[in-house]
Amino acid sequence: MTCAPRARPTNSMDPTPAKPTKAQVSISEGEGTLVAQAKAGDVGAFETLVNRYERKIFRLAMNITQNKEDAEDVMQEAFLKSYAHLKDFQGDSRFYTWLVRITVNEGLMKLRKRRPGQVSLDEKIETEDDLMIRELEDWGPSPEQHYEQSEMQRILQEVIGDIDPSFGIVFALRDIEDLSTEETAEILGLSVPAVKSRLLRARLKLRQKLNRYFGKREAN
Amino acid sequence: MKCRDIIKELSSYLNGETDRALMAEVERHLAHCEDCRLVVDTTRKTIHLYCNSQPAPLPDDVRSRLHKALENRLRRRSS
Repeated sequence: MTCAPRARPTNSMDPTPAKPTKAQVSISEGEGTLVAQAKAGDVGAFETLVNRYERKIFRLAMNITQNKEDAEDVMQEAFLKSYAHLKDFQGDSRFYTWLVRITVNEGLMKLRKRRPGQVSLDEKIETEDDLMIRELEDWGPSPEQHYEQSEMQRILQEVIGDIDPSFGIVFALRDIEDLSTEETAEILGLSVPAVKSRLLRARLKLRQKLNRYFGKREAN
Repeated sequence: MKCRDIIKELSSYLNGETDRALMAEVERHLAHCEDCRLVVDTTRKTIHLYCNSQPAPLPDDVRSRLHKALENRLRRRSS
């Protein structure tokens, strides 16, 4: 597994930094140089960063807003704001993590505008029902072999768009964007236990919904 | 350890964050409980599918509007 669920230091006093995954290392190669060039006014360097991350940022915006038009607005605003505030980026984190943070803020604002009073990350009541296991079916060794890549992308998008956004955002940041529990908690203004609890619920809900596609198929 | 406890520990177990003693308890339970094995396996596959999935290409119209908006902003700044 390339981005297998990994152990991370959960104690904020632990001085050992989490080891970056191979994917993180390769994606951040050259990022620092591009950011420095962009900060110095090199428009081409900023465009390269946009080209590098636009697909991922659009997917994240889709995972938050669950709507193509809103996701487009969020992505545009995130890139425009990152350019406008580039001089404030101190390099304490990766540029991409900073961009994710801006995208999440824009996405949450969009959600709150769209559904005032209905989107609250911090007041979600979690029930024991969220932990109930309903479907128990084998998916076989590798469900991805049964679908074309584009069809798989569609299924995954549809399924994550079908769960409560307050769970879906946590899953998107932890398991898709590969942020740590602590980073996710900080970005969303949640406690670490709340992130862990929602991550578990999100994983179980997604598993249950994917069962519809990957559960035991009837013989032809 | 009961099935319910396995579900509560599932994320930590899959993240490799459980301590050795708890890990051993979970694995003892999984060795004889097929239902929990299925839940662990399919949850692991769920994470695997999402974390390994490539983002779809941006639709052409969306990409074109993004770059137009950026171009306008960059042009305004440099003028």
